Amino acid sequence: ETASHSLFLCSQQKELTSKKRDEFEDILEERRLSSDLRYAMKCYTPVIYKGLSPCKPNALKSAVLQSEQVQYVIKQLAKEMGESPDIIQEEATEILDEMGHSMQLGAVRFFAFTLSKIFKQLFQRVCVNEEGMQRLQHAIQEHPVVLLPSHRSYVDFLMLSYLLYTYDLALPVIAAGIGKDFLGMKIVGELLRRAGAFFMRRSFGGNRLYWAVFAEYVKTMLRSGYAPIEFFLEGTRSRTAKTLTPKFGLLSIVMEPFFKREVFDTYLVPISISYERILEETLYAYELLGVPKPKESTSGLLKARRILSDNFGTIHIYVGQPVSLRALASGRINRCPFNLVPRHLPQKPSEDIQEFVSDVAYKMELLQIENMVLSPWVLAAAVLLQNLPAVDFELLIEKTLWLKGLTRTFGGFIEWPDNLCAKKVVVSGLSLHSNIARLVDGHVVLNDKGVEDGAVGEIVFRRALAILMCATYRNQLLNVFVRPSLVAVALQMTRSFRKEEVYSCFSFLRDVFSDEFIFFPGISLKDFEEGCFLLTKCDAIQTSQQEIYPTDKGSATVSFLSAMFRPFVEGYQLIFRYLSKETKEAFTEKQFIPGVRNFVFQLLEKGNTQCYEALSSDMQKNALAALVQLGAVKKKKLSNGFTYNVNQEDVSKILDMFDARIPVQKPVAARL
Amino acid sequence: RQELLKWNGWGYNDSKFIFNKKGQAEFTGKRYRLGGMVLPTFKEWIEKTFGASLEHKTTSRASLNVNDVPPSIVKEEFLQDLRATKISYSQDAEDRVFRAHGHCLHEIFVLREGMFKRIPDIVVWPVCHEDVVKIVELACKHNLCIIPFGGGTSVSSALECPEEEKRTIVSLDTSQMNRILWIDERNLTACVEAGIVGQDLEKQLAESGFCTGHEPDSMEFSSLGGWVATRASGMKKNIYGNIEDLVIHIKMVTPRGIVEKNCQVPRMSTGPDIHHFIMGSEGTLGVVTEVTIKIRPVPEYQKYGSVVFPNFERGVACLREVAKQRCAPASIRLVDNAQFQFGHALKPQVASIFTSFLDGLKKFYITKFKGFDPNVLCVATLLFEGDREKVLQHEKQVYDIATKFGGLAAGEDNGQRGYMLTFVIAYLRDLGLDYYVIGESFETSVPWDRVLDLCRNVKERIVRECKEKGVQFAPLSTCRVTQTYDAGACVYFYFAFNYRGISDPIHVYEQIERAAREEILANGGSLSHHHGVGKLRKRWMKESISDVGLGMLRSVKEYVDPNNIFGNKNLL
Repeated sequence: ETASHSLFLCSQQKELTSKKRDEFEDILEERRLSSDLRYAMKCYTPVIYKGLSPCKPNALKSAVLQSEQVQYVIKQLAKEMGESPDIIQEEATEILDEMGHSMQLGAVRFFAFTLSKIFKQLFQRVCVNEEGMQRLQHAIQEHPVVLLPSHRSYVDFLMLSYLLYTYDLALPVIAAGIGKDFLGMKIVGELLRRAGAFFMRRSFGGNRLYWAVFAEYVKTMLRSGYAPIEFFLEGTRSRTAKTLTPKFGLLSIVMEPFFKREVFDTYLVPISISYERILEETLYAYELLGVPKPKESTSGLLKARRILSDNFGTIHIYVGQPVSLRALASGRINRCPFNLVPRHLPQKPSEDIQEFVSDVAYKMELLQIENMVLSPWVLAAAVLLQNLPAVDFELLIEKTLWLKGLTRTFGGFIEWPDNLCAKKVVVSGLSLHSNIARLVDGHVVLNDKGVEDGAVGEIVFRRALAILMCATYRNQLLNVFVRPSLVAVALQMTRSFRKEEVYSCFSFLRDVFSDEFIFFPGISLKDFEEGCFLLTKCDAIQTSQQEIYPTDKGSATVSFLSAMFRPFVEGYQLIFRYLSKETKEAFTEKQFIPGVRNFVFQLLEKGNTQCYEALSSDMQKNALAALVQLGAVKKKKLSNGFTYNVNQEDVSKILDMFDARIPVQKPVAARL
Repeated sequence: RQELLKWNGWGYNDSKFIFNKKGQAEFTGKRYRLGGMVLPTFKEWIEKTFGASLEHKTTSRASLNVNDVPPSIVKEEFLQDLRATKISYSQDAEDRVFRAHGHCLHEIFVLREGMFKRIPDIVVWPVCHEDVVKIVELACKHNLCIIPFGGGTSVSSALECPEEEKRTIVSLDTSQMNRILWIDERNLTACVEAGIVGQDLEKQLAESGFCTGHEPDSMEFSSLGGWVATRASGMKKNIYGNIEDLVIHIKMVTPRGIVEKNCQVPRMSTGPDIHHFIMGSEGTLGVVTEVTIKIRPVPEYQKYGSVVFPNFERGVACLREVAKQRCAPASIRLVDNAQFQFGHALKPQVASIFTSFLDGLKKFYITKFKGFDPNVLCVATLLFEGDREKVLQHEKQVYDIATKFGGLAAGEDNGQRGYMLTFVIAYLRDLGLDYYVIGESFETSVPWDRVLDLCRNVKERIVRECKEKGVQFAPLSTCRVTQTYDAGACVYFYFAFNYRGISDPIHVYEQIERAAREEILANGGSLSHHHGVGKLRKRWMKESISDVGLGMLRSVKEYVDPNNIFGNKNLL
């Protein structure tokens, strides 16, 4: 078992080092040259799964309702609640109706037409790796396929369906969240349903009937090869453009048919969708600062038409290599438990399975990250944020170019325009993002001024907004940089060259930031080695058996790398400080966010900190989750949500380690 | 009997597939219904299915090269003792090689092209229980290794001699213990010596108007003792039961002494049934010498039948329903489309225009009128047995169920041919071997709800593994459901491929078979339904019966045979 586990990681490692990537094609080019109407009405005979037994959306629903799985739960519940099964069956029907899609070619054509118009308006180019599409085409024919795109925008799933339509592939059914999102909008919701969206409630923790119906609905579609199944591992749109830690529920559902050998294999396809400029960027920044986001309503969406006149640059979609679930599971899954219980009984997944699902989820996200395209502006934003309030334009260009080299060394996927000089590249980035930064007297500054100077609070808010928006771009680099950077941070924090100490500190940081960045579970040492390897590769450090030390010319790199993550180190320090001193011992999430926000806001107003990013509710939640994982905060589920209990002593201790006042305790079994 | 049988292949010397001068396939000999018939479409099927060509031929050695055979090493003291018992023995090379193997692909391949590293040093032929007692005593005295040998039809590497065995290996051939000792008509039992071969047993019982009804596919060659030692299953188990249902009493000689029960009763509650230590022990504990077995009057009437289903799924659903209603005929089997096509290719040249016209009409009716896709449809073959009236009644019941699942009756003839092919199919591997095609069958048992998934996944796995291992031409990967039970079914797979261009075909073959077995286990199938474990499937025993289970078997072995006299290394 250990051998195969290391194989699992080994392939991971190999993929990280071999970075040969496909070429991109712009699919809008063709749209700009020929009729959208003809395109929407084209003869659409998609490539489908070879074992497909065709089935209408309604037949699908009744198959789910009649399935042994759902019937079993219905009978079980009827017995427990003393209700008649008919009533529960009725309930199940309602759930299905709320949930089910009703894919129709007509709606697809409608979308094909309107989206052509809209996309051409919004985006300069929509670039796709055609080889990826070809691989996907093979995969779809061979086995059931699960599409796992990154999630930065509502555009994601529209774009993906649009893409599959363009390439004559089977259109996916898409898991969308119900609730605050679309279901409020009657017309749009219905339209999306017809385009293949199906809806899941955001939380249905205790509802066994809902779970059974939902799981069976998804599995039935998967088993029969009805359509590729698409969902977002991140669960929701990342407001920070930083990959969110994965959710496991849906992934474990789509993996189950393979575990039970109801299908021969299942392909998981990581898809990286990167935006040069994110449509919702302003909205996200407001949201992170706690200004409630406008509810999605049909009329609201119409107002968004204003956006149509704006330019959002290029989208890159990289369809990754389909990953065979069978290959991943080979040797890792003990088959016995699945053979000893009838397959239609709901079974709580064993620890082995849970661990496997989690590993796969992280692996898929790491593959997404690997193929995310980074625009030059992302580099410039990272430089700018380290040089606030203003940076000399020439210096910005120079630093951006330098960072480009470093990013490539670390395996980042940069699309740099071939035929443009660096200056033009940066200028064009600035003009696309003129709402964030601009050029004033040979200096680049943030757009953080209101109409006129208002109260201190207003100034802080404006500035925070600009910084968070700018950070959205820098953030796209972080998961590429996190391993070497955390080594750099650890070097600075420990002020030691002893490998063992640096590793202890690295490992501690990795644990603390486990919700902030994406780390494959349980391979701290490997991550450390990779970080060191990359730092050595760019001549920033030298290592010996026992020691690590920065080289003379590498100190600039080391400080740049640690400065890149300083907002997180400082932000977490602030949040931990708040939790160790400023809060009651028990609180709810609803109390925590405003509390910590006020605390940070006041410090900013007084000028006692410059860490604006600590205002981000995303960082606040991640920091709290980290403490829960480190055991310093206990999380309890109550009927009205979660309650947290802080052990302030523990938090102080972690804070002390974080402030480097006390050394990090050595992780057990560290083999260096 | 050794003279009648092939030394390097399956079955009788005079029966084999050949290509005649016109390049048409033909089955020789007069033993089978197919004998002497020309099979006009068979060549095309082979070429199409395997990409094999008659021009590319491999040839086996014509006869055994005695110089290659490992020498017989037997101590004189033992030979003296043996001579004193008057039991006949042989140290002849051919005799020893003949008993050094079963019928796994790799064993036959070795016979054709190489030589076993270790074979028995001496063959002994006891003629009765007492002889066996003497031999086992001598083996204990001289510390020898005994490997019991019955019909030699093992397909689990059970007969292969462990290479590292340093002691003299004695092959104990039971073939001379082949008498029916008595028949008890009042209790419907017969006491039979264990070396009797299936077809002889049925023939001799038939003289008194009885049968056992136990008909494994190997019944022409396999022995009663072998059935007991491997937990055999017969084609007509729906009426007569499997070996464990048939056996009333067993006598086995072990190094500890003789093990048997004190009475011949239908059932007893005296702790775990000691018969179940013996059945499936695969020659690791001792030699079965005498068996009392249930007998039945020979059935008055037999009728074959067949049903065509639009697809395999419907066919399996029908079999499941038949099992549920507990109205399975003596035998009911469902072959998938690939095997249906294969059966079709083995159709002999038709005698008259009229038959050929009739065949065409049938085909037209099924494919055009009923809309069955000839590349999807599948066929069930049936065998009914019993009183004439009851058989007809039974037949109607089964056909009625079949109709509900879209089945169409396809005639007695197709059914009968199906069963005849069961015996003939084993000869086919030898033909394939001549043309770079290697293959084998393997089996499992599986719960009903997993039958379809298992069949599909295992076939797919085979195809994929072949591709991965560099097999140039898509393999034949096909299955049939051969037995139905209340809770599940027995599934049989055939797998063959053209190995041209592969340097080590046997190794590749074994890797693929192993992968297929992994797939079976992952799909909730068993390690074996009736072939047994032998040495071929040992590695999965722990997984199959748990650590403790394996320990239980081991401790029995340790008590019964502490010095590992029965050292064939099977099972454990």
